[in-house]
Amino acid sequence: MSPHVESPPRRRARWAPYVFAGPAALLFLAFSLLPIVIAIALSFQDTATLGDGEWVGTANYETMLGDPLLRTALWNTVLFTVGTVPTAMAIGLALAVALNRPLPGRGVLRALFFVPMVAAGVVVGVIMSWIFNPDYGVANNALAALGLGGLPWLTSPRTAMLTLIVVVVWTRIGFCMVIYLGALQSIPAELREAAAIDGASGWQRFRRLTVPMLAPTTSILLILNVVFSLQAFDVIYVMTGGGPGFSTTVLIQYVFRSAFADARMGYAAALGLLLVLILLVFTLLRQRATRRAEELL
Amino acid sequence: MTRTSERRTRRWLLTAALTAVAALVVFPLYWMVVSALTPGGQSQSSEFYLWPDAPTTDNFTEVFAQQPVWQWLGNSFFVASVGTALSVCVSLGAGYALAKYRFRGRGLLYAAFLVTIMIPIQVTLVPAFLVTARLGLVDSPWAVILPTLFDVVGIFIARQFMLGVPDALIEAARLDGAGELRTFFRVVLPTCWPLVGVLVILGFMNRWNDFLWPLVVLQGNESLTVPVGLSTLTNNPAFTSPWGAVMAVATVAVVPLLVVFLVFQRTFVQGIASTGIK
Repeated sequence: MSPHVESPPRRRARWAPYVFAGPAALLFLAFSLLPIVIAIALSFQDTATLGDGEWVGTANYETMLGDPLLRTALWNTVLFTVGTVPTAMAIGLALAVALNRPLPGRGVLRALFFVPMVAAGVVVGVIMSWIFNPDYGVANNALAALGLGGLPWLTSPRTAMLTLIVVVVWTRIGFCMVIYLGALQSIPAELREAAAIDGASGWQRFRRLTVPMLAPTTSILLILNVVFSLQAFDVIYVMTGGGPGFSTTVLIQYVFRSAFADARMGYAAALGLLLVLILLVFTLLRQRATRRAEELL
Repeated sequence: MTRTSERRTRRWLLTAALTAVAALVVFPLYWMVVSALTPGGQSQSSEFYLWPDAPTTDNFTEVFAQQPVWQWLGNSFFVASVGTALSVCVSLGAGYALAKYRFRGRGLLYAAFLVTIMIPIQVTLVPAFLVTARLGLVDSPWAVILPTLFDVVGIFIARQFMLGVPDALIEAARLDGAGELRTFFRVVLPTCWPLVGVLVILGFMNRWNDFLWPLVVLQGNESLTVPVGLSTLTNNPAFTSPWGAVMAVATVAVVPLLVVFLVFQRTFVQGIASTGIK
C-alpha cells in the first residue's frame, strides 16, 4: 500500500493518550466524581429514604454546630489519632534501627514484624475481639494465670479506646518499620563510621545523625499515619461498633452510623464532607512534606 | 578480644529481645490458628493454654457444613482476580498516558485523580450505592468489581514507574514504524514487569481484604465475600463453639495471602512501601 520502500517514521497520534487514559477517566467519572457530586447535593437535603429528599438549605451544617455527639466523635478521633500515630512510628523506628544492623536471622525477623499487614481489618477485628473477650479471651486467662485480675477491655468505656489503639498500633508497626528501614539504608555507612571514629556514642549517633537524616521520612510517615487513622473503619466496626456507649465512635463511624443506623442520609453526607475537609488539610500538608523531602534528598 | 566478645553478646541479647517482641507481634495470628484447632469445650473456658490438649479440625468441618464458606472463597477469588486483572490494565494505560504524553486535559485529569485519594469510601458510600443500583448490579460480583477498577494509587505507581522508561526507547520504536498500541505492548510493557508484579500483589490483597463496599452491595448469604461472611459469623447463636468457627473462617481468609506474602515477599514489601512514597 505504501509507496515508500522504507516505512516512514510515525508521528505521535493525537488520539493515543485518550485511548490509554480513557477507561480510567470513564470509571473515575462514574464511580468517583458522580458519587461526590451526589454527596454534596445530599448534604443540602433532608433524606430519610434513598432518592427523594427535601431541600433544606444549610440546615444539616447548622445541626452539626450544636451536635454534642459530633463533639464526642471529634474528641474520640483526636484521642485515637494521637494514641496510634506516634506510638506506631516510635516502635517502627526502634525496630528499623535494630534490624538495620547485621543480626543473625534478621530477614526472618523483618518478615515476622511485617506479617500483621497481610491480615484484613475484619480478620484483625475478630481475632482481637476473641483475644480480648472478657470471659474466655486469652488475654484475661493469661492475666489470671499470673495471679492478676482480668480487665474489661472492649466492654468498658474506660478501656475500649485504649484496647483499640493497641490493636491498630499492632497493625501499623510493620508499615512504619519498612518505610524507616528503606530510609536508613539510604544513609551512607561512611557517615556513621566517621561519627564513630570521632567518638560519638551509639545514642549520640542516633540523636545527632540518624534522627535528622530521617526527618523527611518522619514527616511523610506522620501525615500518612494521620490519614490512615482518620480513615480507620473496619477494625473499629468489628470490635466495638463505636461503643460501649459512644466511647469509640470516631468521626468516620459517626458518618456511617448516621447514614445506616439513623437513616439520616443528608446529615451523614454533610458529616462526610467535614471529614473530607479535615483529610484535605492533611493531604495538602502531605504534599508539602513530600516536596520538601524531595528537595532535601 | 574482649571487646569483640562483648559486642557479640550484645548482638545476641538484641536478637533475643527482638525475637521476644516478634513472638508477641505474631501471637494473634498464631492464636487464630490455635483457636480454630481447639475444641469448643477448651476454648470456651477460663483455662490458660498455648496449645490445645486435643487438636481437632471439627471447627472447620462444622462451619464449612453450616455456612457456604467454599462459595465465599470462590466469590472472593473471582472478585479479587478479575478485579485485579482489569484494574491493572486500567492503571497501566492511565499511568502511561500521564507519564509519556502531553495532551489537553492532562493536568486536570491528574489533579482530579489526586483529589479522590482523600475521599474516604464512607462519604461516597450511599451515592455510589445509588449508582450501582441504577445499573442493576446489586448482589452481583460486578457490583464489587466495577467501582474499584479505578485505583488512584495504582495509577500513581504506574505513572511513577513509567516516567523512568527512556523516551529514546519509545522514539526508536516509532522510527521503526510501530504504531501507538504496538509501541506500548511490544516496547513499553516488557520493561514494566516489576511494576505489574507490585500492582497485581497490592490489587489482589486490597480486593481480597476489602470489607465495607462488599458489605453494602452484597446481600444474599451465597454471594458474600470471605471478610463479609466472616463478619456475619461473630456471635452467631447457631454454633455450639462460635469462636472456634469464626477463627476457622478467619484462618481460611488469611492463609492464601500469607502464602502469597511468603512467596513474593520482596515485591509485597516493595508494593506496600510504594503506596506510602507518593
